[in-house]
Amino acid sequence: MSTGNMNLTLKIWRQKNNKAKGSLVDYKISEVSPDMSFLEMFDVLNEDLVAKGEEPVVFDHDCREGICGACSMFINGRPHGPKEGITTCQLHMRSFKDGDTIVVEPWRAKAFPVIKDLMVDRTAFDRIIASGGFISVNTGNAQDANNLPIPKVQADSAFEAAACIGCGACVATCKNASAMLFVSAKISQLAQLPQGQPERYRRVQSMVAQMDAEGFGNCTNTGACEAECPKGISLENIARMNRDFYSAKFVSEESI
Amino acid sequence: MASFGNAFSSSIGKKLIMGITGLFLISFLVVHCFINSLIIVNDGGLTFNMGAHFMGTNWIIRAMEVVLFAGLLAHIVQGFRLVFQNRAARPERYAVNNGAANSKWYSRSMGLLGTLLLIFLIVHISKFWVMSRFTGIPTVDANGNHDLFAVMVETFKNPWLVLLYVLAMVSLAYHLLHGFSSAFQTLGWNHKKYTPLIKGFGFWFSIIIPLIFALMPIVMYLGYIN
Repeated sequence: MSTGNMNLTLKIWRQKNNKAKGSLVDYKISEVSPDMSFLEMFDVLNEDLVAKGEEPVVFDHDCREGICGACSMFINGRPHGPKEGITTCQLHMRSFKDGDTIVVEPWRAKAFPVIKDLMVDRTAFDRIIASGGFISVNTGNAQDANNLPIPKVQADSAFEAAACIGCGACVATCKNASAMLFVSAKISQLAQLPQGQPERYRRVQSMVAQMDAEGFGNCTNTGACEAECPKGISLENIARMNRDFYSAKFVSEESI
Repeated sequence: MASFGNAFSSSIGKKLIMGITGLFLISFLVVHCFINSLIIVNDGGLTFNMGAHFMGTNWIIRAMEVVLFAGLLAHIVQGFRLVFQNRAARPERYAVNNGAANSKWYSRSMGLLGTLLLIFLIVHISKFWVMSRFTGIPTVDANGNHDLFAVMVETFKNPWLVLLYVLAMVSLAYHLLHGFSSAFQTLGWNHKKYTPLIKGFGFWFSIIIPLIFALMPIVMYLGYIN
């Protein structure tokens, strides 16, 4: 942890477009305040690059509050950097030391092709959601609260699954580039509530089929996803998805 | 129309095959370990040879032997397919990847550990099983049973084979350390009441069974059992 301003070496993945071959490029950055966020440090670097007439580094970001799931940097070999339970935008430069070299790469997965530099195409996640991550409800006024009693433990568990922001850190860190933590969270947030029951067994089949079609790898239970997830999504969700999948395939007569 | 569809070819189905065959192979380890442990009687192999005779002649065991090879083959073939498919899911590797920060090395090395075990199994099967079933064991003991024990004593006079067996059992221990509890997770058995028990039992199982196996060639090489 540092208190004074820092001089750092950044090794950043630069790639012109999806077809181009990329490489790590070195940048020296000086007078970095320890109070800056990691993305603010990138803003400073980019202003520098623009002033010099160079192409700024492209990276995804949106809310910068740790809740949208847009930022996606693989920092020194870990998604969202060295801290637990945060996204890149919530990582601050005080987590680094003066003189450090920081390697920044995009999420790497066949299903997440690089668009440019550190920005990857995560629409595979959107297509998985579209394939089954919804419920059917009547339009009109919302029901009275507590109309459908739900045990507290179950509501909490569904809510914990719903905390997933879909950033893709699980895929990025998984040695198999598997999306099972994400998909299981999106299945679990609905499978545990009464509103999610009508489509429950179609949903798990559709979403798993879409996940496989997108070219994500197969889970081998290393637990890296759970350890790196900024929202602490649990492996219990993957076990629940597996159970629902077996029920759908071996017990239910409903197919997709 | 209702069908099993892609139940086994989907990503979860492939895990299911690995998990079920893995647990089946674990159950085989228990039987194998028990029979081999009969050498501890240290009666020149009479008890052990009786056990080996039972395993070689009982028709239930002989039928299960076929299932065992089928399960082993499925585990190996599916395992290799998964390794290649999973590598293909990340065509461009990271320049820096700090896997140690989030997972155990052996959980990330199941393919490597499994390959080491496969190499060991080829040596092991050609040393003992082929002789027991096909080429024939040269001598008989005082009870008239085939003297597999004598083959064991002869084999483990070679220090290199002893080393191979010990290293293979280290690989087995790490393979099980991940595989045991991982199989239950794959089957969907992740539960706050049971998972700590499964993990605890799996840990000790993964240490004790390979340790007993590894001790056998060592004690024979050192001449404690002969």
